[in-house]
Amino acid sequence: MGIITTISTWLIPCFIAIVLIVSTWKRVPAYETFVEGGKDGVRMAFSLLPFLVGMIVAISILRSSGALEAFIQLISPFLVKIGVPPDIIPLALVRPISGTAALGMTTELISTHGPDSLVGRLASTMQGSTDTTLYILTVYFGAVGIRKMHYALKVGLLADLVGIIASIVVVTLLFG
Amino acid sequence: MVNVIWALMAVIGIVYAMFNGTMDEVNEALFDSAEEAVTLSIGLISILVFWLGIMKVAEEAGILAFLSKLFRPLIIRIFPDIPNDHPAIGYILSNITANLFGLGNAATPMGIKAMEEMKKLSGSDEASRSMITFLALNTSSLTIIPTMVISIRMQNGSASPTEIVGTTIIATFISTVSALVIDRVFYYRSIRRK
Repeated sequence: MGIITTISTWLIPCFIAIVLIVSTWKRVPAYETFVEGGKDGVRMAFSLLPFLVGMIVAISILRSSGALEAFIQLISPFLVKIGVPPDIIPLALVRPISGTAALGMTTELISTHGPDSLVGRLASTMQGSTDTTLYILTVYFGAVGIRKMHYALKVGLLADLVGIIASIVVVTLLFG
Repeated sequence: MVNVIWALMAVIGIVYAMFNGTMDEVNEALFDSAEEAVTLSIGLISILVFWLGIMKVAEEAGILAFLSKLFRPLIIRIFPDIPNDHPAIGYILSNITANLFGLGNAATPMGIKAMEEMKKLSGSDEASRSMITFLALNTSSLTIIPTMVISIRMQNGSASPTEIVGTTIIATFISTVSALVIDRVFYYRSIRRK
């Protein structure tokens, strides 16, 4: 594990060093090219700003009104019946919608149940093995101005569902 | 579809607040979250400027082209409608690599850049086949080292903070493969309908 953490921290600085060495070797004007490329970043951040405001506000209305929680409570009995541990249900439902809310829930589950409990391990695996579909969709399509998404959202949400089921099955089999 | 979902989330929330007596909370959340979203976008500027700058240098120096050449056989299987040697492949690869190591900060700018290159290919404001495949890869998560989760487990005194790396890798593998399969199914359904 130590090796993997070392690779993670060394990867970026080494990549930057290689890029700069190769570009200087090939007589590419590194600094000017960097600045030129960086200008794109400012433009992108501003073009995706309204997309993020729209999406995050809508999600926060849903959360703060209590509607999301009510929905979770409504379908919990059904999910418990098919073998989903009740404590993990809110996280499973929120994970694709809101990254910050999911991270908060994961932290809370790990600290109340303990990191080495079944729920703690389940929350850890779930947090790591799926991503916030709605955020990625908003940022990636928003920044480049895609208006028609076709079947993208369906694919993203179905993949989340599989990921969540996979986390539950894998953790229960290995640690349960 | 996104238009309807977006409107539904807000409307359901507001109507629910009428009966639940949480209108105050909704009001507060409305403006707090708008501010939070702006902070988030502004915060992205630093990462975007830095990474897009570095990646532009990498592109000019021919590093992206070299990477694309190396992994072309694999990428072309997953993204059959991106032509050989197209810069999009280099950006897709950088995004995947950053994701694998849990470097979300670096992955996002490269992902956006990859999308931009794919948009140049399709030349329209509709999501192309490869864009959706790329999105599916990212939403299913490609992380093999969940650094954030490991640090939360450490803070809470886990006996073995990294024991979930194995389960995460298996779950990620299953969800990524399924995402690619689901994406293919929807793609073939959409061309059959036309």
